[in-house]
Amino acid sequence: MVLKSKSILATLATTVALTTGAFAGSHAKLSGDLVIFSDMSNPAPRAVMEGMVERFGAMHPDLNIELTVIDREAYKTQIRNFLTANTPDVANWYAANRMKPYVDAGLFEDISDVWEDPAMADLASTKGAMTLDGKQWGVPYTYYQWGVYYRKDIYEELGLNEPANFDEMKSNCQTIIDSGRACYTIGTKFLWTAGGWFDYLNMRTNGYDYHAKLTGGEIAWTDDGVKATFANWRELIDMGAFIDNHTAYSWQESLPFIVSGDAAAILKGNFAVPPLREAGLDDSKLDFYQFPAITEGVALAEDAPTDTFHIPSGAKNKDAAKAFLKFVVSADNQTLINNGDNLGQLPVNAKSSVDNDKFLQEGFTMLSSNSPGGVAQFFDRDAPAEMAKVAMEGFQEFMVKPDNLDKILDRLDRSAKRIYK
Amino acid sequence: MSSSTEAATQTSWYKRNEIAVTPWLFLVPGVAFFLLYVIYPIFSSINVSFYDWDGLGEASWVGLGNYEELYWDDAFYTSLRNNLIWLVLYLLAIPAGLFIALFLNQTVTGIRLYKSLFFFPFVISQVVVGLVFTWFYDPSFGLLNQFLGVFGIDPVNVLGDERFVTYGIIAAGLWPQTAYCMILYLTGLNAVDPEQIEAARLDGAKGWRMLWHIIVPQLKPATFIAFVVTIIGALRSFDLISIMTNGGPFGESRVLSFYMFEVALSEYGFRMGYGASIAVVLFMIMLCFIAYFLYSMYQDDKGGR
Repeated sequence: MVLKSKSILATLATTVALTTGAFAGSHAKLSGDLVIFSDMSNPAPRAVMEGMVERFGAMHPDLNIELTVIDREAYKTQIRNFLTANTPDVANWYAANRMKPYVDAGLFEDISDVWEDPAMADLASTKGAMTLDGKQWGVPYTYYQWGVYYRKDIYEELGLNEPANFDEMKSNCQTIIDSGRACYTIGTKFLWTAGGWFDYLNMRTNGYDYHAKLTGGEIAWTDDGVKATFANWRELIDMGAFIDNHTAYSWQESLPFIVSGDAAAILKGNFAVPPLREAGLDDSKLDFYQFPAITEGVALAEDAPTDTFHIPSGAKNKDAAKAFLKFVVSADNQTLINNGDNLGQLPVNAKSSVDNDKFLQEGFTMLSSNSPGGVAQFFDRDAPAEMAKVAMEGFQEFMVKPDNLDKILDRLDRSAKRIYK
Repeated sequence: MSSSTEAATQTSWYKRNEIAVTPWLFLVPGVAFFLLYVIYPIFSSINVSFYDWDGLGEASWVGLGNYEELYWDDAFYTSLRNNLIWLVLYLLAIPAGLFIALFLNQTVTGIRLYKSLFFFPFVISQVVVGLVFTWFYDPSFGLLNQFLGVFGIDPVNVLGDERFVTYGIIAAGLWPQTAYCMILYLTGLNAVDPEQIEAARLDGAKGWRMLWHIIVPQLKPATFIAFVVTIIGALRSFDLISIMTNGGPFGESRVLSFYMFEVALSEYGFRMGYGASIAVVLFMIMLCFIAYFLYSMYQDDKGGR
């Protein structure tokens, strides 16, 4: 009986291996233990992670896979401990600057050889985010678009259209304010939401390259370009575009304002869609548009934070770990885990298909054909953690007290000189 | 043969010194843990505060660099200022606790129930207290602003406004702390000498004079303990801030312990050396109080109570 089920599994494995196509050739026989630590602790991601382990296990019956799922917030501090002692073979983390401390400390394995596989060309869009010092340190499994989610019914009631440029955005906003609502809801209690607004305003005002240089420490915060960005932001603040008292709310707590119609839109990642739908905003009431252009001639760039898998340098079973990473990025797997029933996000692999969900489709089109400027991660992943913290605190202060701008920028500049030295 | 005599003298040495040695033997585990988990970390923190270290890679010696940076750090002064506000206002828990204790120190049917209700906030977790007050203060839906609305006062964004936030959190912290002081005074009131009260009454003392000259002096031990726990409680205030505001808005509700956590251990932090230098400053402040407490306890002991 045991034998029988094993052989069934083996046949299953070969079929899966054959259908996975491109990577089929690289399936060597794997054995031993594969220890995976994951931060995919919310119910849906957890099921996705467990599903991936199950399917990978079916392909490699001799491999004993141990999966440990850790609470997402706790994971952020625990990773520092388990990378140095009790190292797993595969671990979740984030792309770009967020992985830099571990790369610098030699705790992540250089997996450039995995990226040399020709099939990895399908992941080229995120290769930059996975590269530090000219080497690759992990693989992406999912990402999601950012944009403005708005109340379609309110826009229709007021006779507004999706804005194509900043002037339209402002005139729309004025109409909304005149109707007794706020244009945008936001909760800045945990700071990073203000980082999203800065990302977009800065990328639209000064372009992606400027933004990358600023977060990379090559441009001073007292630069005129930054001031132009804040001047645009201030126009929105002064006209009363944002809800009052946003410093008291987390992003979840800011959602009731758009649900009740007290605010008409929210700038957020696609993860805001499920809670808004659950609160009763169906597709006839909720819609999405790309953040409009501000400076003419600046190519549109987008935020699309990427979640990743890495191999710690202390891993014991690196062969199995690399095979798992290749399995994770395969087109079929990414199609499956990112569909609406699972993560409800976008697959990174260009050969994957995107779930037939209105927002995922729009987001995919936007990222693949209408972000010629480039794809950024997010403020707190593009800038070093310390700088992100100081800066996002400054953004929050600016949103409440725009007159403090010069003081804030001086402070950021002082911090930047220390952090980027 | 020599070994057996040695063994004999050893046992007899222990026998001879049993009374002096045994207490120390019982103390050994406690002292060992105290050294390992209290004394060693103190010196270790002081040591780390001289380094620039992210907790992972090599630590590099910066001498007093971290302290120099503290000197220029606005956020540090904000935290220090808030710590002082906490210290002063938290002491309100002592008189508040005293008056509630006096009020509850009666023989009325069901007084035990009232006492338990007043003590209740101290029993529930600080996290729950923080959440309850967060909802209470909510600028749009919170009870406080509904209440103010009745009088036509505009909503006050207590936790989102840098002018009110620290006071708002302290008010939340005072709720359980007052209950704690109250229970200390209730036990203290049990020990008040009825004969002295009788005598004072014969001398015509009433109301405030009775309280101030007869009752309060007899409550001195309870007051001392209430003072100690309140001061320590104010200096290590952390959980309420973390739950209610996360240090915000823009860092205006931080105190030293929270700032230390932020720079050293939170999501965007991991500057162990800088965090350690904040911890050292906080330790120095605490040391002043601890020294004072120890000194006054020593004086009391010498006074032969």
